[in-house]
Amino acid sequence: MLRRTAYALLVLALAGTATACGRSAPDPAAAAEARGPITVWLSNNAQEVQWGRAMVAAWNKDHPGQHVTAQQIPAGKTSEEAISASIIAGTTACLAFNTSPAAVPTFQKQNGLVSLSDFPDGETYISERGGALTDQYRSTDGGFYQLPWKSNPVMILYNKKLFAKAGLDPEHPKLATYKDFLDTSRKLVRSGAAKAAIWPSPSSDFFQPWYDFYPAFAAQSGGRQLIENGRPQFDSAAGRQVAAFWRTLYAEKLAPQEQYPGDSLNDGKAAMATVGPWAVAAYKDNVDIGVAPVPTADGGSGKHSFSDEKSAAMFSSCENRATAWDVLKFATSAAQDGKFLEATGQMPMREDLTAKYPGYFAKNPMYKAFADQAERVVEVPNVPGSIDIWQAFRDEWTKSVVFGRESTDAGLRNASSEITHLLNEYGDPS
Amino acid sequence: MSVNLDAAPGAVRTSAPAPRGKARRGLSRAGALFVSPYVLFLVVVFAVPLVYTVWISFHRFYFTAPGTDIDSPWVGLSNYRDVFTDPVVGQAFLNILIFLVINVPLTVGLSLVLAAALNSKIRGRGFFRAAFYVPYVTASVALVAVWQFLFGSDGFVNHLLGSHAPDPSWLVNSHLAMPMIAVFVTWKQLGFFVMLYLASLQNVGKELYEASAMDGAGKVRQFFSVTVPGVRPATTLVVIYAIITGANLFSEPYLLTGGGGPDHASTSPVLLMYQKGIEQGHPDFAAALGVVLVAFVMVVSIAARKLTERGD
Repeated sequence: MLRRTAYALLVLALAGTATACGRSAPDPAAAAEARGPITVWLSNNAQEVQWGRAMVAAWNKDHPGQHVTAQQIPAGKTSEEAISASIIAGTTACLAFNTSPAAVPTFQKQNGLVSLSDFPDGETYISERGGALTDQYRSTDGGFYQLPWKSNPVMILYNKKLFAKAGLDPEHPKLATYKDFLDTSRKLVRSGAAKAAIWPSPSSDFFQPWYDFYPAFAAQSGGRQLIENGRPQFDSAAGRQVAAFWRTLYAEKLAPQEQYPGDSLNDGKAAMATVGPWAVAAYKDNVDIGVAPVPTADGGSGKHSFSDEKSAAMFSSCENRATAWDVLKFATSAAQDGKFLEATGQMPMREDLTAKYPGYFAKNPMYKAFADQAERVVEVPNVPGSIDIWQAFRDEWTKSVVFGRESTDAGLRNASSEITHLLNEYGDPS
Repeated sequence: MSVNLDAAPGAVRTSAPAPRGKARRGLSRAGALFVSPYVLFLVVVFAVPLVYTVWISFHRFYFTAPGTDIDSPWVGLSNYRDVFTDPVVGQAFLNILIFLVINVPLTVGLSLVLAAALNSKIRGRGFFRAAFYVPYVTASVALVAVWQFLFGSDGFVNHLLGSHAPDPSWLVNSHLAMPMIAVFVTWKQLGFFVMLYLASLQNVGKELYEASAMDGAGKVRQFFSVTVPGVRPATTLVVIYAIITGANLFSEPYLLTGGGGPDHASTSPVLLMYQKGIEQGHPDFAAALGVVLVAFVMVVSIAARKLTERGD
């Protein structure tokens, strides 16, 4: 009896497991032609949700047979984790308007993405909309698995009141060179105006370099990516200058080594932050903010920054891909991009934004600095193993730059060596 | 049921156990019925995933979208080799050892002393029993906020210590981060272990205390000569339970030290499994690490059991 019960339970469990494993996916050829209702995911940024709901309402009004439902992306530590889990479960929406380019190689490896280049007008539409910056978003097989949608070029936002409190000129802050930036930071902290001059998260998360190292490296190197032509670029004079600059900030306690459990700029604990234009709307009621470019060693002009771009992507669980592709083009049309800019202050991935939307930038001059910066942005490299690579970089950065347990030169050298190893491993995974 | 008294003795003997056998079979059926939901739960939630984890750890594997035909080739011990050669894994196990060395003796000592105190007739006993239990039933996230208020670089403790405060501060100091987590977890879980000891103390005979008192033993001597041996089975349970929960440490380093900081000084094996398996998309590595962790917990638990039961 007991043995029979045990067998029955085992069979039940295995059947359950087999059912869970026997998931099915839509037939790609049929799905590419199919039209019908779809779901889209939006980020949980309030302004983006407002735009997304209006965009969907506009679509639904003219397409009764192809109803679109908008939802916020499922909760998770990051939207990438939520999307990855949904890909595995086969429960992704057709489109997500919040896909990090760093996660695209992983999603691709999971067979979770639809190649947008496979649509007859896919290549033309994406290239014409994005212009010269578009090629950064091609995958290693040459196709587009993401539509570069919006950028949030990272700049220095500063609290004018805290600058004035420290005896600094809030309208003409000295932040262009490393020396000026450090002198300004010392005055801010030592005068007691702020606990920290700047407070990026010192944690070990793989994506944190995008808000301390990478914008500074893009500016100092004249627009280099972390990896180019299969080789790490940061163990160089530019990389070493950036690392030494940040090490000084941490060593002199101008940037704390402890994570702030909130928003340090908003709470008046830090006088500066490296953020994109999305933050202007978040701070404007609470902090009198000014904007400055990311510093370089000599303060030279023509500086680049990190794009902090988010793409729109189509997922392989989508059954009505023809509708999804049309919705994607509708949501990223010139008219909708204008509405998106108006609602969020984030930059659609189009060239010459100030000429395309002059009315907006005349009314909102602070955003013009971000629009200018959007012409000179650097994306994360679109390479397999992207997240491992950033994690390897971050581990060495926290050890050498944040906590000073080895020299910054050694940290960059070790990170470069480890990343070269990872690139070889991903190139030849056997 | 009937017994044939006229039958041969042998027949009586053979037929006599039958009713007991039937009753036993009846009980077995009822028992099997009652335990079957839990057995099913164990099989589905623990046994199948465990077997699947071991299988994954010997293959090159990653999670894919439904309907994807991806090869998962056998790679032998390759994932285990990666685990044993990753310096962060070594650091994570060292961190856990530091944690256990601080947490387990502190848990046993404090919870036994407190339980003994709360078992005696003191004023406000009910209040203290509840007070020690509150942190255990409070969400870690809320307690972490209290801890950060106390031990953040700008926290209450550093304000009291002034220039004597450690630099770097408690939670970002590579020498202090793990001990701080160990103390935090001890404080959080103390109420549960106090409760276990309180239950065990009810079984220690009062006559032993009376006899020892007549022999002239003071309170301290009674504690070491009567209480400690009297609750030894509970001590074994507390030690093993503390080791298992300690080895599964995740949320405290994740929340208190920003995901294993500073510089992996508080990374735990389970936190690393999450980072490798979920964040970085290497479930095969995470599975091998999980198997190694299970083996580690078993070895440490057996050693601890031998130690606590020594002399029985």
